[in-house]
Amino acid sequence: MNLTTLAFFLLSFIAVGSAIMMITSKSPVHSVLWLIVVFFSISGHYILLNAQFLAVVNIIVYAGAIMVLFLFVVMLMNLNAETEPIKNYRLQLIGVLAGGTLLLVLITAMMRIDVEQVVQMKIGDAGLIKVLGMTLFKNYVLPFEISSVLFLSAMIGAVIIGKKD
Amino acid sequence: MDIQVYIALSLTLFTIGIVGVLVRRNAIIIFMCVELMLNAVNLLLVAFSKMHAASSAVKALPTYASDAQIFVFFIMVVAAAEVSVGLAIIVMMYRNIHSVDVNFLNRLKN
Repeated sequence: MNLTTLAFFLLSFIAVGSAIMMITSKSPVHSVLWLIVVFFSISGHYILLNAQFLAVVNIIVYAGAIMVLFLFVVMLMNLNAETEPIKNYRLQLIGVLAGGTLLLVLITAMMRIDVEQVVQMKIGDAGLIKVLGMTLFKNYVLPFEISSVLFLSAMIGAVIIGKKD
Repeated sequence: MDIQVYIALSLTLFTIGIVGVLVRRNAIIIFMCVELMLNAVNLLLVAFSKMHAASSAVKALPTYASDAQIFVFFIMVVAAAEVSVGLAIIVMMYRNIHSVDVNFLNRLKN
């Protein structure tokens, strides 16, 4: 087992374990912190795949901006373990069973395909900032500009929704 | 690394997100599980992009492996816009019913 495989399985273990801790922890603040750990491990996966731009953007946008926004809202509402809603154990069991069944079906469907494709790791220039920037500003410049309109409308919508009457 | 391992990892993360949406009643945690599902899809897209980069048949195309990563970038853009609007909705819900429990949102039921 070489170092890349070891790093892959370590990052996968951290990601899955933190995701399980996120949905099982009582306090919303702990959930937010565990989700940040998941995002950092996914960024590690991107680095392992040599997608450097996406690794940096994932940390800046997800772990930086989005999760801070979540943390702000959780702390603004003063949510903690005591204000956790009442739970229904039967519904929880049904939820876990439904999710497990879905995972079983998807994994079985994946096992039936027999392509021997290998993912290129640690090499390749597809994820470098230079290549992605050339692609973004040559082939995808119109969606890039439209996304600014999307951000503007989201900003106006958030202000209008959050306004007091 | 085979592509199957990446598919299995992404499916596991996606399923954990689905279980979280089904099990938890806190609106903020449900929203965070949606983010987790988006991230699982992003990871799978990057893995498929690197799978295409490894095969030599598609190298005639000019942007043979960067398209998927641009797609991931746009998914992140949409997720950021979605979070701002969604958290505003959750704050407004908390202001109206003083709780973030989605069980109280049953006014459309009757």
